[in-house]
Amino acid sequence: MSGAGRYVPQPRAPGMSYMDAEMKAAIDLSESRVGDLEDEASWDMAASLGLSQQLTTGRILRELAIEGHEELVVCTADLGRPTQVHTFGRAYPDRYFNFGIAERNMIGAAAGLATVGFLPVISNYSFFLALMGLENIRNDICYPGLNVRMIGTHSGIAMGFYGTSHHCNEDIGALRALAGLTVMAPCDGNAIRAAFRWTMEHEGPIYFRAGRGRETPVYEEEPSWWIGGSNVVREGRHATVLAIGNLVAASVGAAGLLAEEGIELEVVDMYSIKPLDRAPVRRAAERNGFVISAEEHNVSSGFGSAVAEVIAEEGLHCRLHRIGVPDEYSLLGPPTHLYRHYGLDAEGVAARVRAALDDA
Amino acid sequence: MAGRDVRKMSTEEIREKARMIRLETLRLTDICGSGHYGSVFSMAEILAALYYRFLHVNANEPDWAHRDRFLLGKGHAAIGLFPVLADIGFFPEEWLDQYTRFGSPLGDHPDMCKVPGVDFSSGSIGHNLSVAVGMAAGLRRRDSPARVVCLMGDGEQAEGQIWEAAVSAAHWKLDNLVGIVDINGAGSDGDPKDIMNTEPLADKWEAFGWRALVLEDGHDIAAVAGALDQALNAPDGRPTCVLAHTIAGKGVSFMEGGWEWHLGFLGPKDLERAYREVQEGTIG
Repeated sequence: MSGAGRYVPQPRAPGMSYMDAEMKAAIDLSESRVGDLEDEASWDMAASLGLSQQLTTGRILRELAIEGHEELVVCTADLGRPTQVHTFGRAYPDRYFNFGIAERNMIGAAAGLATVGFLPVISNYSFFLALMGLENIRNDICYPGLNVRMIGTHSGIAMGFYGTSHHCNEDIGALRALAGLTVMAPCDGNAIRAAFRWTMEHEGPIYFRAGRGRETPVYEEEPSWWIGGSNVVREGRHATVLAIGNLVAASVGAAGLLAEEGIELEVVDMYSIKPLDRAPVRRAAERNGFVISAEEHNVSSGFGSAVAEVIAEEGLHCRLHRIGVPDEYSLLGPPTHLYRHYGLDAEGVAARVRAALDDA
Repeated sequence: MAGRDVRKMSTEEIREKARMIRLETLRLTDICGSGHYGSVFSMAEILAALYYRFLHVNANEPDWAHRDRFLLGKGHAAIGLFPVLADIGFFPEEWLDQYTRFGSPLGDHPDMCKVPGVDFSSGSIGHNLSVAVGMAAGLRRRDSPARVVCLMGDGEQAEGQIWEAAVSAAHWKLDNLVGIVDINGAGSDGDPKDIMNTEPLADKWEAFGWRALVLEDGHDIAAVAGALDQALNAPDGRPTCVLAHTIAGKGVSFMEGGWEWHLGFLGPKDLERAYREVQEGTIG
């Protein structure tokens, strides 16, 4: 969304097209008060938000509320629209708390709501939730072990040209250090739906790490979802990529490219970052003698580091190749360009798999 | 929101409970080897009035859904809260004898998961008012008669999060929420007014949409009770903040009025002096 005011769709990963997304708007475009524009290239915020197809939070929470979960309340900090929970607020205005741009107050108040029998869901950009709010998450939610769900959206470098200040390549590392906190990464809209639905009865706090909602979908329906689980989304015997978030779809794309070269790549959606499913790590290490992790996060302290811990602790004698953002502040630019630069798209993953095989 | 019944506790009875809080603080600090004397002595009358006259809690049912909530934003004064909770019957008084010893549920700051009667953990200054906002909003949605009280320090007013919480409580008109600021003029580095001046606090709280009640003498038991009664039982559609002017270390002559006894320890001879002054003194 360039400052010049002209929107030129950027090159994108295969999958849902810009127009497909627009036709299946996540939000009610009638919300826009702009009226008829004279130039079809013009767009307003309502149209932009309609592209966040994969942010299904508001929809699944409404469904759960309709199913009888009267304990659900939603908290946000002036990001109800961009994180797509304002629809819940329209349906249940007295169960929707918009704190304005006051994240730390929001986290504390969510803890207070949890103590009086509600199940608060905090929906906010991951950076302002997990990094600004880290100490509040630690002391107000995790230390007392309260039932709070947090969904941090637009994680990694998904904020693209909005700038490095909005990138969030550190939330896994920071939150993985909090005892009692479950950390999970739903990689698309169906995964978000499953993530909320199948953790409703869980006792304790959970952080869901999500993207900006424009991800290439991985699942055609809600996947199975277990704390400590994983899903093999593509089978293959020559190499395994253990991936989270955006990198699941990118790795599936890489598998398609590699298949043409006779390389069969297994892709595992390691959606449960903490606790981590150790079995796929062990399986890949023992079968191929190397493991590849892939994440849209700083490779230092992130998901790949968690995989490294398993390899070391279990004495799996293998190399680990970590795909992710290097330990530096990410560049800004259109997200797809950033993914290409950091090798976080199908071509980038495929290149790392080839290199790993050459090295093996 | 209507008020709740007030227990018939005389000024003399409240005074004795406040004396108990001070005596136990002296004793427990002696067990620990370090304690926030000043912070407890300044709030003793307020705490005694709250728990023995106003708050509706049930020691036999600590999780009673409609209990009034009390949050100690200035969590380092927990050493004065624990004797009250034990006295009411939330846990055996013997627990106090192991205060801060290895494995004890009772530490310098209150832990809701370990100590029955503690409504929320604290320790990180500035957090609890936000938690209280969530509690008050949730309780109101549940149509509960419960009130939420958050006791803060004057130094705590420098935390930005306090003002985020203040804005949200006023926005949602949480008149079941009462804040109390124990203005004792003592922080780790000195008088908060000198360190980072947040006065005029009454003007600030009013400007943030709260009803500010100024309590000129937070050790005058009748005045304390009057302010708390107004705050808790005569809400006016806004959250209320009681600005209580107190004296750090109140009750022990050599501790009064300074920041030096915010944290400290008394050797046997000085401890004896302090015990005697608290036992013989008449406050409020």
